[in-house]
Amino acid sequence: MMRRQTVILAGFLLLLALAPRLLPEFYVTLLNYIGLYAIVALGLVLLTGVGGLTSFGQAAFVGLGAYTTAYLTTATALPGWLAPFGASPWLALLAGLALTAVVALVLGALTLRLSGHYLPLGTIAWGISLYFLFGNIEQLGGHTGITGIPPLSVFGLEVKFGREFYYLIWVLLMLTVWLTQNLLDSREGRAIRALKGGSLMAEAMGVDTARSKTVIFLIAALFACLSGWLYAHLQRFVNPTPFGLHIGIEYLFMAVLGGAAHVWGALIGAGVITVLKQWLQDLLPKLFGSSGNFEMIVFGLLMVLMLQRARDGLWPILARLDSGNGSDGTRAAPQAEPMPKKSLPASGTRLLEVNDLTKKFGGLVASDKMNLWLQSGEVLALIGPNGAGKSTVFNCISGVDPATSGEIRFLDERIEKLRSREIARRGMSRTFQHVRLLPTMSVLENVAIGAHLRGRKGVISALLHLERAEERRLMAEAARQIERVGLGEHMFDQAGSLPLGQQRILEIARALAADPCLLLLDEPAAGLRYLEKQALAELLRKLRSEGMAILLVEHDVEFVMGLADRVVVMEFGEKIAEGLPEQVRQDPAVLEAYLGGVA
Amino acid sequence: MDLQIALLLGQDGITNGAIYALLALALVLIFAVTRVIYIPQGEFVAFGALTLASLQAGKTPGTLWLLLGAGVAIALIDGVLALRAGALRRLPRVFLWNLAYPLAAAALVFFGKPATLPMAAQILISLALVVPLGPMIYRLAYQPLAEASVLVLLIVSVAVHLALVGLGLLFFGAEGSRTPPFSDASFDLGSIRVTGQTLWVLVSSSLLIVALYVFFDRTLYGKALRATAINRVGARLMGISTIMAGKLSFLLAALIGAFSGILIAPITTIYYDTGFLIGLKGFVAAIVGGLTSYPIAAAGAILVGLLESYSSFWASAFKEVIVFTLIIPVLVWRSLTTHHVEEEE
Repeated sequence: MMRRQTVILAGFLLLLALAPRLLPEFYVTLLNYIGLYAIVALGLVLLTGVGGLTSFGQAAFVGLGAYTTAYLTTATALPGWLAPFGASPWLALLAGLALTAVVALVLGALTLRLSGHYLPLGTIAWGISLYFLFGNIEQLGGHTGITGIPPLSVFGLEVKFGREFYYLIWVLLMLTVWLTQNLLDSREGRAIRALKGGSLMAEAMGVDTARSKTVIFLIAALFACLSGWLYAHLQRFVNPTPFGLHIGIEYLFMAVLGGAAHVWGALIGAGVITVLKQWLQDLLPKLFGSSGNFEMIVFGLLMVLMLQRARDGLWPILARLDSGNGSDGTRAAPQAEPMPKKSLPASGTRLLEVNDLTKKFGGLVASDKMNLWLQSGEVLALIGPNGAGKSTVFNCISGVDPATSGEIRFLDERIEKLRSREIARRGMSRTFQHVRLLPTMSVLENVAIGAHLRGRKGVISALLHLERAEERRLMAEAARQIERVGLGEHMFDQAGSLPLGQQRILEIARALAADPCLLLLDEPAAGLRYLEKQALAELLRKLRSEGMAILLVEHDVEFVMGLADRVVVMEFGEKIAEGLPEQVRQDPAVLEAYLGGVA
Repeated sequence: MDLQIALLLGQDGITNGAIYALLALALVLIFAVTRVIYIPQGEFVAFGALTLASLQAGKTPGTLWLLLGAGVAIALIDGVLALRAGALRRLPRVFLWNLAYPLAAAALVFFGKPATLPMAAQILISLALVVPLGPMIYRLAYQPLAEASVLVLLIVSVAVHLALVGLGLLFFGAEGSRTPPFSDASFDLGSIRVTGQTLWVLVSSSLLIVALYVFFDRTLYGKALRATAINRVGARLMGISTIMAGKLSFLLAALIGAFSGILIAPITTIYYDTGFLIGLKGFVAAIVGGLTSYPIAAAGAILVGLLESYSSFWASAFKEVIVFTLIIPVLVWRSLTTHHVEEEE
């Protein structure tokens, strides 16, 4: 399988290399533009398709790149500190990238915290602002723009003609493709891909989601800036028109049309839209007998149809043609030297202590002065009727929803003010009542997200794939946890293809991959069949015998009674009973809570 | 700046603000009921104004072709769907609204000599041509995606916007139009002069806002829309058709948009693409209201109008930069104050 893909890729690269020798000038020019647009669309694949952040404003970053180099390389009287950057377009590129990074960080700091649909609206707003700024600053030539931009030179050779520029554009494009693919196939990349599953899960696995969002926003902006720099030196003049909101919309269309979640989708999208635009611009005016932006009508309709019929874009359709794509059971589980493990606290150590935990939602007291404690090698079950406040207590402990008042100690440290990812770092790991997996990723990759905090290498090493040794160890660790919970034969299946019972087990494997000493399981038996429940209980017993502490929120009394060492019962936000399973089972208050009073 | 200029700019700002307020109300309405962020709202402003201008010039407005074309498309789709479902009873209604109505409108335009009619009749014909496009667009573009995420619906909106702007250029050309004012009267108010058209704008937007209030508060359909806005599933269980609610809200939005265009056409020259920026400013106002509150959106609209008119005095080149940069702090504030339920893919 890998072989065939390599052959296809090699053939594609060969065709690319030969294209300018074989094609007439017109098509080379077209390919140049496709390459330029694809670099921007690639950033959007990362930002929108993978990270789930929609931006209509990328054209403004292209403009920043183009205008920076245009200004620096043509201005006659640069201020002293800027003068060195005007000496060569390559230095101007550095200046452009730096400027774009600063602008992107500022805009990102302001707009990335916007939730849901506020973010794309924000990108529309600054997209328009920057466009009008380009057109109204006198030093940038106003709406007429800047002319006389010098040509590029590579190793002393001037790149003046389209055929020469072609190689520069496509080499840089392939470089950005390579970087993007490297990033996605790494620890940081998994964190980025986890963004789409909602930040709750990612944060609970220790991912700093704000940072991951900033990273992809920054990379997308820098790609756009690079494209703008190339554009300026290819055209040798710039004006504001190609950096307006409508072009920003077109970039997004390219990514969506090509398949926003796939790296090669950016190339397909850029290619289809550019060729279609060219063709429509020739054809439609003849058809209607007048000039105008008729291609906009077609693009608009095409996009609507696309979203109604094939929302995932063209690339998945093409990839399906290459049949047999998918998991093959013959792949071996990754092997590598084990990761360092934290030593588990000695059996009987108090791990968790909750004192007077109170959580109010407005006037509703969901948890009222709850107390509980837990020691290593013990299973504590927190049970109670619907709405008793079990999940509230659980979310307070794991830092998802901070407590109103009270004290939570974990390994002798106050944690009630910490965020969930900081708590995760201290050795507490959780699962979710409603399974939160990334359904299109493999079981192995899902579990590897759990090991996020055990890796150290950052974005730069991920981009350049300098972190392969660590990556192998992380994947091997994930594989070990999958074997540990008994999902070994499904390691390379898509997580979404597993039945619910196995998905819950998968969540436990993901939590284990973080190397915790305390597991928090939120209703792990909900929706499971009898045999699946037995398998789950067996797994939890095994973990306990290895010294793991487990806090279990559960509905299913039968399941709990056979498993837990101690039981805490809640009703209306308060603890009504605590003790050994048999004691609790006979407690009158508990019977009343569950059966509504014994006559 | 002396007092006179300040007052003049204030008058300008409030007049524009009134229009933005109308658009903001329409945007809030559509978002609340259908979760669609309706970027193409501005196009209805341009379509309303330019259709009226075409009629007055004795030309056939291009929106008529759009009405006929969209009608045929819907008649085909819904006709086939009805045949497949064996529900022949639905056919007369489908054909009445999507074929008979546009044909009747065409007959009126071709044989009614609209250029010679009084202005009120011309306005009515313009509305009759443009307003039905609202529910038609809902049917064609949004209804098949009614359950999609807000982001997908937003991208659809942007696509519809592109298509409509392109069509606008095709229908009306690149030249702008201005229509004669509703009345030539003007009044001196202290040191400044208030034109009749300004009063028309202010009075009719206020009336429209009151009418909307009564509609939502007192009528069954208005209550149905509010119910849908609060809880789609619950509304459906109560027998409210969400498709009906969607079409109705798009109809109202189209009415508000086209009428706003007709109101301001005598004050500013309208081009085929003018609607976009006007619509976006309505948007800024709607976002001030969190896309949910009508009164705050209206207040935000007046604020945007005033901000725009004063900044055009001090830094006219940077007018748009200022207005659209303003939206970012507003977005941040909104995003922090509204409780947002995480939407998963």
